[in-house]
Amino acid sequence: MDFNLSKEQLMVQKMYQEFAQNEVKPLAAEVDEEERFPQETVKKMAKLGMMGIYFPKEFGGAGADVLSYVMAVEEMSKVCGTTGVIISAHTSLCAAPIFENGTPEQKAKYLPKLCSGEWLGAFGLTEPGAGTDAQGQQTWAIDEGDHWRLNGSKIFITNAGYADVFIIIAVTGWITDKRGRKSKEISAFIVERTDPGFKVGKHEKKMGIRGSSTCELIMEDCIIPKDRLLGVKGKGFPLAMKTLDGGRIGIAAQALGIAEGALEETVAYVKERKQFGRSIAAFQNTQFELAEMKARVDAAKYLVYKAALKKQAVMDGSKERYSVDAAEAKLIASRTASDVTRRCLQLFGGYGYTRDYPLERMMRDAKITEIYEGTSEVQMMVISGDLLK
Amino acid sequence: MKVVVCVKQVPDTSGKVAVNANGTLDRASMATITNPDDLAAVECALQMKDANSDVEVVVVTMGPPPAEGMLRELLARGADKAVLVSAREFGGSDTFATSQILAAAVNKVGVGKGDIVLCGRQAIDGDTAQVGPQIAEKLNLPQITYAADIKLEGDSVVVKRMLEDGYMTLKAQTPCLITCLKELNEPRYMSVSGIFECYSKPMEVYDYEALKDDPLIEKDTIGLLGSPTNVYKSFTPPQKGAGTMVEDAAALVGILNAKHLI
Repeated sequence: MDFNLSKEQLMVQKMYQEFAQNEVKPLAAEVDEEERFPQETVKKMAKLGMMGIYFPKEFGGAGADVLSYVMAVEEMSKVCGTTGVIISAHTSLCAAPIFENGTPEQKAKYLPKLCSGEWLGAFGLTEPGAGTDAQGQQTWAIDEGDHWRLNGSKIFITNAGYADVFIIIAVTGWITDKRGRKSKEISAFIVERTDPGFKVGKHEKKMGIRGSSTCELIMEDCIIPKDRLLGVKGKGFPLAMKTLDGGRIGIAAQALGIAEGALEETVAYVKERKQFGRSIAAFQNTQFELAEMKARVDAAKYLVYKAALKKQAVMDGSKERYSVDAAEAKLIASRTASDVTRRCLQLFGGYGYTRDYPLERMMRDAKITEIYEGTSEVQMMVISGDLLK
Repeated sequence: MKVVVCVKQVPDTSGKVAVNANGTLDRASMATITNPDDLAAVECALQMKDANSDVEVVVVTMGPPPAEGMLRELLARGADKAVLVSAREFGGSDTFATSQILAAAVNKVGVGKGDIVLCGRQAIDGDTAQVGPQIAEKLNLPQITYAADIKLEGDSVVVKRMLEDGYMTLKAQTPCLITCLKELNEPRYMSVSGIFECYSKPMEVYDYEALKDDPLIEKDTIGLLGSPTNVYKSFTPPQKGAGTMVEDAAALVGILNAKHLI
């Protein structure tokens, strides 16, 4: 496929592939088995500029572009879904909203440390009773003159156990509309791990991406300075949704990578595996399965890269929106990941079901891409909402 | 302080090796990599730069224009400047002619007191290990080969040479030339920012015109004409068959007996 990748993008893709093969792939099974956050890999990626790929140099970023970031998530996810989502959540859900909405002081304070990987980032929107439904938010931030007081909890927060900086969505008051109906006013905040009253709670045991650190966040009279409000007070929900538009491109790239990785493993396997005296690649069922999977993966790739290029255009000043592109990319790439890993495992047969081969891990890792950062159903709401407006 | 590193683009021998009908390597059809020993030399130079920001790392290669790709990758790893030595007149050079040309190129880059020239021990395609030492001779520089460890001590270098039966530690004054083993270090990856900067870093092309005034460059010292050695024949060796495991020494003796080998 030709996306007119620049010489730099081709070179960075080659670097990612070498890095993934040499540094990430050898750890993938262990990270899954032991549910271990691969901190050594994060350190290595940080050294290579992979924790701030598309942010400008003045903020400590690598000065590359959105597609180069998406390719990083894709290439890591080909061999390890856990490693892919660490970059994605850190970049899209923490560094990006600070870059897009932060004051000059906030950008100067947080971006260089996030981009260098000295600090890891996370994003807290989901609560036991609230995800997409903003009005369900129970975390409150009260303005107490010279500081904010936060109370509440968040769940399923990616990177939480190892993150230093969190974007936290909280209720800051009530709004009454013209007809007298009351609704919650939502705002976004930057919370640091060391802030008083902030703690990381229970670590979730998950089906897939088991090395990714998914935890609960607890804020009990958590006091943060006034200058931690991110963006405009009361505009936290649009900020969160816009952040998730970017995040979905990252997750779509993760899903794409998982599907591509599974297909690569399977193409190699079917040439080796012999039944009835010939390799199973010689059977038409194998060929047709591979052909259809390849076509679906390529289709997903177009949507993911297109969404990345559109986000890049927006960063370069275009007034377009990429919410629908991101939703389409995530919907199709995540379904492709689940579908392709399941079918690849079938071609592996019994071996695929064992932990001696990576397919069962890939199949488990794929499922989450249909759920987090907006379920597939939410993506369809976004797409149809635009279609029927 | 300047560290000039001579590098070579070589066929990736982990892939398929193709030979032309005339016996020379079919380089166009083979994937290329930076020669592993040379990559260790580049990494060594970059580590010197990490330790002392005054160090300028210049990578030099002789090859056809596509070798620029390799040089850009070395710039992306952190080298400051690249020189591509490329001209029709240089084509077909053996190690003698190549070292003649590279020595002239290193002369043009300029090596003075405190500077170091690094080469890889040998290239995985020719395996001669001759070019580094020949460059040193032609530049009249002290040379230390097979470096497995290099330490800077003021105006000198202390180098641990790895030999077949042991180590030898030598000290030499700079400027000098050192050939490096891939055991010297673990080469770094290109960084994302390095990649996005590498096309704006300086790369000079030294063609015949650029080097012809150097006394080393004569018609009969470069290219095919200046090469005392010529490739007579290259071929892909026949594949070794799979071995068989034998139970014990008696079984082995039996087999060898049956084949009248003992």
